[in-house]
Amino acid sequence: MGDIYRRSPMRTLTVPRQLVSFVTACLVLATGACTRASTREGSDVVLAGSTSIQPFAESWAEAYDGGRVTVQSGGSTAGIKAAHDGTANFGMSSRQLHESEATGLVQTVVARDGIAVIVHAANPVHALTVAQLRAIYAGVVRNWREVGGNDVSITVITREEGSGTRDTFQELVMGSGASIAREALVTAYSGGLRKMVAEDPQAIGYVTFSQLNAYVQAVALDGVMPTEQTIRDATYRLQRPFLFLTRGAPTGASERFLKFVLSPRGQSIARAEGLAPVTVF
Amino acid sequence: MRDRLIERILLLAAISAVSMLALITIFIFREGLPVLVDYGPLAFITGTTWAPSQGEFGVLPMIAGSVVVTIGALMIGLPLGLACAVTLAEMAPPRVRIVLKPTIELLAGIPSVVYGFIGMEVLVPFIRNTPMLGGPGYSALAASIILAIMVLPTIIGISIDAIEAVPRSYREGSYALGATQWQTIVGVVLPAARSGVVAGVILGMGRAVGETMAVIMVAGNSVQIPHSVLSPVRTLTANIALEMGYASGAHAQALFATGIVLFVISLGLNAIAGRVRDRKRVTVAAPVATSGAEARAELLGVEPIRAPELGGLR
Repeated sequence: MGDIYRRSPMRTLTVPRQLVSFVTACLVLATGACTRASTREGSDVVLAGSTSIQPFAESWAEAYDGGRVTVQSGGSTAGIKAAHDGTANFGMSSRQLHESEATGLVQTVVARDGIAVIVHAANPVHALTVAQLRAIYAGVVRNWREVGGNDVSITVITREEGSGTRDTFQELVMGSGASIAREALVTAYSGGLRKMVAEDPQAIGYVTFSQLNAYVQAVALDGVMPTEQTIRDATYRLQRPFLFLTRGAPTGASERFLKFVLSPRGQSIARAEGLAPVTVF
Repeated sequence: MRDRLIERILLLAAISAVSMLALITIFIFREGLPVLVDYGPLAFITGTTWAPSQGEFGVLPMIAGSVVVTIGALMIGLPLGLACAVTLAEMAPPRVRIVLKPTIELLAGIPSVVYGFIGMEVLVPFIRNTPMLGGPGYSALAASIILAIMVLPTIIGISIDAIEAVPRSYREGSYALGATQWQTIVGVVLPAARSGVVAGVILGMGRAVGETMAVIMVAGNSVQIPHSVLSPVRTLTANIALEMGYASGAHAQALFATGIVLFVISLGLNAIAGRVRDRKRVTVAAPVATSGAEARAELLGVEPIRAPELGGLR
């Protein structure tokens, strides 16, 4: 990456104008072609909204053989708007709706996304309250002794800005009042984060529920361990619902797709992709 | 007729390479400038808070991070590299050279992710578990050490060329005056080769500033101005690579703006390298430049050619 910048000499400025405009024109044409291709007319079901749900919705769309399903992203707010406008059959939201947003919409929870807080396998701290967790991530509590552990400092690890997991953590744990401390280590991969926690006895981190494995230890939050059961019945707090929104009850092709998503097959896809299913099967 | 056709085709190929650079430049600036203008260029460069989700785009911690790990890499890499270059160019018997020189060039061929992985597996736990060091291990120190190893081939390769380009007559003159080999190296050869060495160091700096993967893996990437070498830091390149995955809107533009800052730093380094070359023309007398080797070193001092490519030139 750096090489590209470093090697761009000033003399590129003397390239003939026509050439630049020619190549630019090519790019513009190419972009236009791409846009046209992705509009995909003739879809039976169109989903739009949350970027967090998008990859899972695509997995469902791929596995669904009852018709053509198109998935567009744009964020939960855009998804709610799309459901209201009817520009999509389903709006996708990974957050709870405000009262004003919810009117006229039918909400269906299609899966739940749980976040597990993890520590080193040898860490004696097995449970934290959400308030303690917030204090640790805000940089207020800096020693494990303050939360019942050994007298060693806490290495806080977080995901990068823009990551859906981080957004959820920020929303559910930190709230609007606190932000994650600057000293926190940052990594862009949940697998990498798990590895960092697995190797550092002083570390704490968070990953999506599906990333839990034997090398790290999940922490009980407010006395509840993250399991599929506690996520499904909402006793585990660190979770968000994945919502499909429709204007009125879904009918026809939409109804068939929703049935598929909630079917054992659809839910096992969700589980395989790391979500907690909403129905027992 | 055929000649002209081939000429045209070659010209087109040459232009396409240059236009690629032009396009990249245009693209970076087109994407990055809006947020730079909106947020204010000064606020962007001197702001210490980076929170794209709240509309805060201060990259000073990243600039500081890049500067700290680069200086750290040079503090470790320069003495090592220079010592290695002097040994190989002036002292080592030919048989040792034949083995060592390609080995060092091989160092440049190792993918950076491998350096990063070794750093993560070996260096980071070492720093964390050493009582005198401590901290999380992911730190400016870890990044500096990894980068020092990565810039060694650049510094050594160009320094060797610069030292070899010093005319024999300089050394003979020094010996004739009764100087020892050490005195000759320190008093005559190195000063004469200075500008080439400096050019090598600047190119090494460029490599260190631009390196991304290895740094992300060991630096910890905290957005803070480091207060010690054991602090985790985030470099400019790491900032782009870490957050590009989910960035959209102003956040994505801010990452391109980070690219603009990198671009300007790299241009600055290249400009300095050019100036070093100009100064050489003045201080080192004309006869020196007539030697083929010196002309080659001068060429190397000007053009940012990385160590793996040097092999082909020799």
